Amino acid sequence: MTINVLTSEPLPPAGTGGLSGRTLVIAALIVAAAAALPLVLSSYQVGLATEVLIFGVLAMSIDILAGFAGRTSLGHGAIFGISTYVVVYCSTQLGLHPAVAFALGVVAATLAAAIFGLLAVRASGVYFLLLTLALGMIVWGVCLRWSQVTGGENGMRAEARPAILANQNTFYWSVLIGTVIVSFAMWRLVRSPFGLTLRGIRDSESRMRSLGYNVPLHLFIGFTVSGFFAGVAGAFYAMFNNFVSPSTVALANSVEGVLMAIVGGVGTLFGSFIGAAAIVTLQNVVSGYTERWQMILGLAFVVVMIFAPEGIIGKLRAMVPRKTR
Amino acid sequence: MSFFQLLNGLTFAALLFVVASGFTLIFGLLRIVNLSHGALYLFGGYVGFTVVSKTGSFVIGGLGAMLAIAAIGMVLDQGLLRFVRGNDLRQVLLTLGVALFLDDLALVIWGGDSFTVPIPAVLHGSVHVLGTYYPRYRLFVLLAGVIVFVGLWLLLNRTRLGALIRAGVDDAEIVEASGVNIRRVFLFTFLFGSALAGLGGMIGGAFLSLYPSADAEILTFSLAVVIIGGRGSLVGVAVGSLLVGVLNTVGQVMFPELAYFVIFGPMVALLAFRPLGLFGRVA
Amino acid sequence: MDRRRFLKTTAAAAAAGSATWRSAPAQTATIKIGVMAPLTGVVASGGKEMIEGVRLYLDQVRNEIGGRKVELVVEDDGSNPDVALQKARRLVEQANCHMLIGNLLANTGLAVANYVKATGTPYFIPIIAADDLTQRARIKNVIRVAGYSASEFTHPLGDWALKQGYKRIATISQDYTFGHEQCGGLAQVFTEGHGEIVQQFWHPLNTADFSPYLGQLADLKVDAIFAMETGADATRLIQQYASFGLKATTPLLMAMNATDQSVIRTMGDECEGIIASAHLVEGSDNPITMKFVAEYEAKYSKIPSLYGFSMYSGMMWIDAALKTVGGKVEDREPFIDTVLQTELDGSPLGKVVKFDSYGNPIYDVYIRKVVKRPDGKYWNAPIESYPNVSQFWKYDPETYMKQPPYSRSFQGIKKV
Repeated sequence: MTINVLTSEPLPPAGTGGLSGRTLVIAALIVAAAAALPLVLSSYQVGLATEVLIFGVLAMSIDILAGFAGRTSLGHGAIFGISTYVVVYCSTQLGLHPAVAFALGVVAATLAAAIFGLLAVRASGVYFLLLTLALGMIVWGVCLRWSQVTGGENGMRAEARPAILANQNTFYWSVLIGTVIVSFAMWRLVRSPFGLTLRGIRDSESRMRSLGYNVPLHLFIGFTVSGFFAGVAGAFYAMFNNFVSPSTVALANSVEGVLMAIVGGVGTLFGSFIGAAAIVTLQNVVSGYTERWQMILGLAFVVVMIFAPEGIIGKLRAMVPRKTR
Repeated sequence: MSFFQLLNGLTFAALLFVVASGFTLIFGLLRIVNLSHGALYLFGGYVGFTVVSKTGSFVIGGLGAMLAIAAIGMVLDQGLLRFVRGNDLRQVLLTLGVALFLDDLALVIWGGDSFTVPIPAVLHGSVHVLGTYYPRYRLFVLLAGVIVFVGLWLLLNRTRLGALIRAGVDDAEIVEASGVNIRRVFLFTFLFGSALAGLGGMIGGAFLSLYPSADAEILTFSLAVVIIGGRGSLVGVAVGSLLVGVLNTVGQVMFPELAYFVIFGPMVALLAFRPLGLFGRVA
Repeated sequence: MDRRRFLKTTAAAAAAGSATWRSAPAQTATIKIGVMAPLTGVVASGGKEMIEGVRLYLDQVRNEIGGRKVELVVEDDGSNPDVALQKARRLVEQANCHMLIGNLLANTGLAVANYVKATGTPYFIPIIAADDLTQRARIKNVIRVAGYSASEFTHPLGDWALKQGYKRIATISQDYTFGHEQCGGLAQVFTEGHGEIVQQFWHPLNTADFSPYLGQLADLKVDAIFAMETGADATRLIQQYASFGLKATTPLLMAMNATDQSVIRTMGDECEGIIASAHLVEGSDNPITMKFVAEYEAKYSKIPSLYGFSMYSGMMWIDAALKTVGGKVEDREPFIDTVLQTELDGSPLGKVVKFDSYGNPIYDVYIRKVVKRPDGKYWNAPIESYPNVSQFWKYDPETYMKQPPYSRSFQGIKKV
């Protein structure tokens, strides 16, 4: 496959050269800072930080499609939740080893994403949005009604987290390690020839088609891979909460993921963590002061869409004159 | 399936039609997927409930609901959506934010109790229809659905404004290029579509009752209707409403375990083959 | 905001109090109570009343229980178990609450129960009714003060239905555990007394349109219909039951939530005459109940619902236990043991209530009927009573718990 530089911004060529020394240092510093957080935070705040990581990964998986393939999915919360359900089910009902349950959860999410992908890749724009939303609704309906397996409305309780990770800090660190690995994988993915093709599709589907690319196939693979990453996040979430219910696969979760990706900045990938941190903080801090947090969240949506649609990272970039490489 | 159950499906379909026709008009012409449509429905219902309780008149309640929701639509379109025109995703999420805001506002104003819009005395009770007793009010809902359909059909096919809307659905730029102020047509459509949501809330609020999260439920049904019917098609939304309304009833009677699947399963199957819905056309 | 002002005043009062307080430092600090209620989402009105119930009690005792000032930390569980879990963590780990109380929906309560199992925080559930929390899956620090188990009140209702001479009953219920359990209670007792459960309908929560079910119910020509509904579903079922003409032909028995004030206070004559079974009967002529209802109405201009009542009584129960242990809420084990030994005296029920040996309260259960009050409002009036009903009805607890929990597939139905 050839590399087609059809993207809107110039990028360093794919391959090992992408990871320059300076980038590596910055990345290492950020990870080290994140790893040091439990030393300064209370256990509750460590819990929130864990949640930020988990939802950051979900938002990144959405960003792969939204930012790099121009397809915004409102079904990723459901894919995420399928993994959560499977992990909880396997560890509680089947008594499987946590690692096996984790792997099965990710596999299930990837399969679900493949099915979603098959049905959704032909649509684009608003239709893609609606279709993924509808697919997510089906998952939600199944989880709600198939109560012999899913526990219905009440959901399922579990001891999904292995005993060695019972400690809040240990668990945070293991999620952090997982996050670093999948973040690196996603970063490589969007810079790979495959990722560049996705950008080509985002910018002009017809051009890519005329260049001989199999557009639906690329989107299908993109969707499936993105679902894999959402599945990893969902599996961590199962271990974080030791509980799952239909609200985990509900539309609200998908919407939250998309909002985090947008607040962070669509197409920035790592901005997702900033978006996740902003939303999780908003929900927790605001709700401590007023019962009207939903109203404030709604206002925040509107304000972000009107004033900072490029997200926090994008806004910062726009304000700071960009250095040339 | 008995005639009685068919009537149940049809009356529910009639309500869905009133709500979803407003949704599809806005979606078709302005390309806006208005996820606050459900919240407008709920707000309309609450306003209708308050007005009917105060004035005792169902008609004034209906008008009040339509006017109030058109006014909210005005603020939404002119105050907020104008800043994000042309960007699908931003529009969708903005309307979602508005929905969250309106829901919570409704909770503040009316509390969370379930309310039912009082219906006029003439619509109380049941009548004998083809061998079965059926509530008068639900027959009225069916009638209201038919009236809205005929009214919309006449508007779209017999008036200049309707012609502009239809042309706009197909290609707004051409219409604009031919010297028409398409913005005004857009605004009218948005207000009118919103008012239909308000009317739907009023009608639905009298037999499905009003409570927090009723908006999300009706929105889900409307989305299914529009996805099945196709963007901006009046016939599409009518067929979609009938399908969803009847499928919902069939599902509840025959496959209670699969209640949601019965609606969304066919929808997804359909979309896999006709991504634009039954009556949708390429924009 | 009301709550912030409240917090400030409590904190100030506490600071003033601690200066002059005599006993050990641990006892001078305020007791921190984390209250979780759904203040947004589908059951928001119930959540609001839960907070009202807590506030009413604290006002009456001048914000002091077990000899110590109280600091309330209120959190909205959003009617969503994921949110409830997050808020529980916040209350326990960040706000350092001594105990948690509240939650309305079973899924939120079960999620929080699973969490406090690990932390050991006392968690009081006056509203969460899942049977197994006081039967097959007890968690020691999860205590049902002033609450009830789901099938506790429908067992006697099944018995009452037999006494009315009903032979054939159909049920319609929300399809989740709370519904399965309430339906199962009635179905088991009714069929063991040679009644027949003709058919059972299970519908998803928030069913917009009941007409398909009502059509089928009408065709069955049964002696009575039992419906288990909560919230907006209850409103709709009662309304549509009347508009489809079933009200005139078939008596409607319901689980208590359906004719709770939270549902019927916005309704008209369509709710009149519905039968339910409950411990709380707001139209009772017991002077203590009447006093509570009058106080509640005076303060919040509405007749109290199950939610306000339960939280009020739950706080009273905790207070009584704390008085016994001298306010030592920090010593969790003795505190929890004491709560389970404590009897609730002076609650709006007008009768002393105590726990059975499984931690579930034993109540006098009333068969109650919705009637119109002279001022035109509807409320429940008692028509018959079953004294001292436990969650096990007349069964032996050990034998009873050997049968599976009620579910959609197990309703305890005895085939004729």
